[in-house]
Amino acid sequence: MYRETQIINDSRKISSNGEDTGEGELVINVGPQHPATHGVLHLVITLQGETIQKVEPHLGYIHRSIEKMCESLSYRQFIYVTSRMDYLSSHINNHGCALCVEKGLQVEVPPRAQVIRVLMNELTRIASHELWWGAMAMDLGAFTPFFYAFRERETINDIMEETCGARLTMNYMVPGGVMFDIHPNFQKRVKDFIQLFRSKIDEYDDLVTGNIIFQNRTKGIGILSKEDAISYGCSGPVARGSGVHCDIRKLYPYEVYNKVEFDEILETAGDSFARYLVRVKELKQSVHIIEQLIDNIPEGDFQAKTKAVLKLPKGEFYSRIETARGEFGVYIVSEGATTPYRIKFRSPGFSNLSALDYMSRGHKIGDLMAIMGTLDLVIPDIDR
Amino acid sequence: MDNNQNNDLKSASSSNGDFPGQTYELPGGGIIISSFTDIVNWARSNSLWPLTFATSCCGIEMMSVASSKYDFSRFGFEVARATPRQADVIIIAGTIVNKMAPVLKRLYDQMADPKYVIAMGACAISGGPFFYNTYSVVKGADHVIPVDVYIPGCPPRPEALLHALITLQQKIKSGLTREQIRAENLQP
Amino acid sequence: MTNEELKQHITAALPAAVFDETGEWLNVQVEANAWKHFAQWLRNGQLNMDYLFCLTCIDWSATPTGKNLLTMVYHFTSTSARHTIVVKVKLDRSKPEIETVSDIWRTAEFHEREVFELFGVQFLHHPDLRRLILTDDFEGYPLRKDFEDPVNMIKL
Repeated sequence: MYRETQIINDSRKISSNGEDTGEGELVINVGPQHPATHGVLHLVITLQGETIQKVEPHLGYIHRSIEKMCESLSYRQFIYVTSRMDYLSSHINNHGCALCVEKGLQVEVPPRAQVIRVLMNELTRIASHELWWGAMAMDLGAFTPFFYAFRERETINDIMEETCGARLTMNYMVPGGVMFDIHPNFQKRVKDFIQLFRSKIDEYDDLVTGNIIFQNRTKGIGILSKEDAISYGCSGPVARGSGVHCDIRKLYPYEVYNKVEFDEILETAGDSFARYLVRVKELKQSVHIIEQLIDNIPEGDFQAKTKAVLKLPKGEFYSRIETARGEFGVYIVSEGATTPYRIKFRSPGFSNLSALDYMSRGHKIGDLMAIMGTLDLVIPDIDR
Repeated sequence: MDNNQNNDLKSASSSNGDFPGQTYELPGGGIIISSFTDIVNWARSNSLWPLTFATSCCGIEMMSVASSKYDFSRFGFEVARATPRQADVIIIAGTIVNKMAPVLKRLYDQMADPKYVIAMGACAISGGPFFYNTYSVVKGADHVIPVDVYIPGCPPRPEALLHALITLQQKIKSGLTREQIRAENLQP
Repeated sequence: MTNEELKQHITAALPAAVFDETGEWLNVQVEANAWKHFAQWLRNGQLNMDYLFCLTCIDWSATPTGKNLLTMVYHFTSTSARHTIVVKVKLDRSKPEIETVSDIWRTAEFHEREVFELFGVQFLHHPDLRRLILTDDFEGYPLRKDFEDPVNMIKL
């Protein structure tokens, strides 16, 4: 962890607002250059000794003005940009945009495309949670899970590359369906992967979840109560760790999620360990969903017939989807042209980050990494 | 190039086992004859420590290269340092925006000579997919710091990054550092 | 609750509300000076809208009818009763000011800061209204339709 202590003017300590702080108060910077896990996040932390008084995130170090840029891209073109926003769940982001455009065009997606989309979503969710798991363990000092996590991720990336053509930012979802049909090897490779992965999850549980040091570092740390989780707009595993029902796949089902059987994982403790357990159990649920669907892919078209140049009718459309981090919303305001008038991406990380200050007050500086690890932030998603 | 010390590509890109120089076996030992620059360049190129600098999506491919399938520690990039004071090469993986550019410059200044820069991905080369109609993206990292190797791709495959690292190693083995070139050019 | 019941409750609390049902959810149009009171009623009253999930602003100046108009858009849902409404507040483009709701829904703090620096809307009584994602020396409000930047080729 790279920290740069900011002591200015021969031992006079100045707070982040420019006022003099009291005796023993210190302001330190974490970031923007981290050891490569979270991205470029700059936190200005006010400490009293080693206890955190206030955490102030400074964002914008990867603000690429995507919303302004999308106002000049057509409805088929802007989908690729959302892959780069939350790059760990790139399929799911693309899916959310495609759902919004389909809502505007009132296009029906064929059943084969729906099942393929759900399979890709769940594979992406497994890959994202694997990377989160490896990175979080590395943040807390355990280097081995990082390599195990990437080993599984590489298998998924290879499966994706065979079908979609790319490993990380695949533009596979288009308005109306998916871009190509799945590769003939897809089903067999996914089945082999599932069989391998089922045994691995238990191994990972033993390695990290049952580790006494890990449990001591995360139990009771960063408690977020249910009302605060709702008030801060948290979603995804952060809110489910505090007991809030917010899984979009259950509340507002899209594609074939109302036809598959899976549980919504809820924990009530609200601390870092609860959020960790939610994600690990979600891995198992994703595997369960894939198992139900992989043998039952219906025949048919993989893409509905749409015009080459899409024009959404005048109006506003909002669609929401459950990414690995929470609720991703796409809000399109259209004036009837070929490009959107205004697009707003409601990113899950932005709201989850706003709860960081509240969660970490009173804890020690070493606990901050445990809390940030369980929030699973991807900074380009926050800055857009 | 005038300042290429070693124009022979085969020995310039020799593997880690080959030592640049000639060995003479003599009874009771041996003598190695080489040029000092060759030995120093060989040592430098085989042990470049990267700085962990990843702003966006290319960072994940860089992490993939660091993990076990496309290992880059077999080329000498074993220790990825978190502080620029101890790093030799900075791999700019991701988009550079206006707010991040002074930070990047400060990191580059903190690195000690000889230092090298790899621009990974389309965003670091020229702004990439965010070239048009963005008000906050720096259109290429070489507006901020001088770059040695460019890797195209969005994101580039891990093999492409490995190829770039090997190219950088060849570049180091075959010539002088940037400061040495500048010092030579200043002399009449 | 259905749209009809929502409309009845809202009209009882704020008679001047204007409804629009062309979209997916019920849209409510509210005046800027009645916003804070209405927001408190939404949170604490019978509808119990405790989840604010999207807060944004739209600049209508490129359309023929909205030359001088900025609209704030709030999306609410209730976690207990599962109904969703969208509230829109019209602001004057030359002097956009509105009361903050960050004391009612804590998520609004960051969202309002972002709208402030991208559109220039002043949020009254916000605890900490500062730049969030742009550089400190940035001039202008980038997401407004009349933002021009010849250096970076913004010409939409």
